[in-house]
Amino acid sequence: METRGKAYKFGNDIDTDLIIPARYLNTSDYKELAKYCMQDIDENFTKKIELGDIIVAEKNFGCGSSREHAPIAIKEAGISCVIAKSFARIFYRNSFNIGLPILESKEAPDKIDDGDELKVDFNKGTITNITKNEEYKAQAFPDFIKKIIENNGLVGYVQSKLKQGE
Amino acid sequence: MGMTMTQKIIESHSGEKSVKAGEFVEMKLDVVLGNDITTPVAVKEFRKMGAKKVFDREKVVVVLDHFTPNKDIKSAQQSKISREFCREMDIKNFFDVGQMGIEHALLPEKGLVVAGDTVIGADSHTCTYGALGAFSTGVGSTDMAGGMALGTTWIKVPSALKVEITGKKKPHVSGKDIILNLIGRIGVDGALYKSIEFTGEGLNELNMDDRFTIANMAVEAGGKNGIFPIDDKTIEYMSERKIKEWAVFEADEDAEYDDKITIDLNKLNPTVAFPSSPENTRDIGKVGEVKIDQVVIGSCTNGRIQDMRIAAEIFKGRKVSKNVRTIIIPATQEIYKQCIKEGLAEIFIDAGAVLSTPTCGPCLGGHMGILASGEKAVTTTNRNFVGRMGHKESEVYLANPAVAAASAITGKIEDPNNI
Repeated sequence: METRGKAYKFGNDIDTDLIIPARYLNTSDYKELAKYCMQDIDENFTKKIELGDIIVAEKNFGCGSSREHAPIAIKEAGISCVIAKSFARIFYRNSFNIGLPILESKEAPDKIDDGDELKVDFNKGTITNITKNEEYKAQAFPDFIKKIIENNGLVGYVQSKLKQGE
Repeated sequence: MGMTMTQKIIESHSGEKSVKAGEFVEMKLDVVLGNDITTPVAVKEFRKMGAKKVFDREKVVVVLDHFTPNKDIKSAQQSKISREFCREMDIKNFFDVGQMGIEHALLPEKGLVVAGDTVIGADSHTCTYGALGAFSTGVGSTDMAGGMALGTTWIKVPSALKVEITGKKKPHVSGKDIILNLIGRIGVDGALYKSIEFTGEGLNELNMDDRFTIANMAVEAGGKNGIFPIDDKTIEYMSERKIKEWAVFEADEDAEYDDKITIDLNKLNPTVAFPSSPENTRDIGKVGEVKIDQVVIGSCTNGRIQDMRIAAEIFKGRKVSKNVRTIIIPATQEIYKQCIKEGLAEIFIDAGAVLSTPTCGPCLGGHMGILASGEKAVTTTNRNFVGRMGHKESEVYLANPAVAAASAITGKIEDPNNI
């Protein structure tokens, strides 16, 4: 699996209130949530991005609340992947569970600039910076997480477990 | 090699002979929790999973506490989804307006979580129950759905930080100052993916409400959970509301920790977290002159009876500043009733504060006290992120209930020792 898009850079500790403020959590309509993605940090974010673009952030991305509405808003807004130095743990779980690809890389966020064109190969775990002609390595997924990914998220994983139990 | 307290609870629920930090295991669940924001998404995913019924109608708990009593039509629609699902599944522990309280105050109060339990909740502050010696952690809605369907969840066995508490508390210091001090020292990702295990003779200084406050904010340091050993106070608390058996786990003497940190209560003063991060902490003596517009005393962090008593002691015979809207929210109906019984309700109202029905409300910028641009609030809640309580140019200062009450009176961030 591969994806290609423009990088949008963010800093440290981007919390879930910045990703989707709680005032918009009175709905579970995924398209509606997508409209407000990153609104309090960049009002025009959802207008600027194009399908497939990539969020690149520093450490502890997605800290704060457990709201799955955060990775849902990012995914439904058309972002194809989030690359960060580290992720907050609930956001990390939620992303795999709902099928939003995320990659951990200590190196990539330091070298990527806002607007760089990126290509991500999830199988190889490589991030290619087309603008700068560089390649960075992402951390490999643990085997268990690979199982979730292979099932297209937790829904598929639970489905197959429920079937086994029948 | 020995195991930590958290690892032992996970092991006992995993069917494994032993577990090590970093391993992924399937863990049996004693409680699966959701609220009015997260449950509707979980219901949607539960249906997609093809699940027909929940694994145990007595082990799923749903509390409508965030935007309730419903603040607008959209929130009402969300509550309706949760309500209808709970009816359909015959969920025993469904708490609607009238019975509901803030979930993390309500579940321990009702005896629904006890020592040795494993709990996942689609709410990040689910880690609160570590105060009782349970392993509990926040997850998202799809995990809640998976938990409801299977009665198990996947968990990466955490390594741990050991936090030793020593000494004796100074006046007007409570659980909030201990956890703010810790977060200020290790940062908002200082315990990322880890357990925080609290130990030390200083625990004798902490009653259950202090411990709930501390465990509650473990997530604010990035932690998977925060946990306390079981002592006489834990047993007494659980005995008073016993509806199920508990199990006592202890860390092995040779358990391995990533790091050890000591908090000396003899040196700890009331502590305030400045905007816009819980790690941005200052000693009360170093806050300077910060004028405020609002005070909120409540939330899953500090809405318990001890918090109400501390606030009332300061409000008694005094008036809040005419420039400060003061909102007091007992976390549950029981705590609300206790406020009436003990005369605290009258003290709050006479002081010029608002006494609200239980709700998470303003803590997450939902309702019941939203800030306009440029406004500042001192609150006993848990997060002070940009826009957390309203406008993105408003500011939230996190503090203990004594500091919040003192600040309401003088109209600026105030050391309660000056009142």
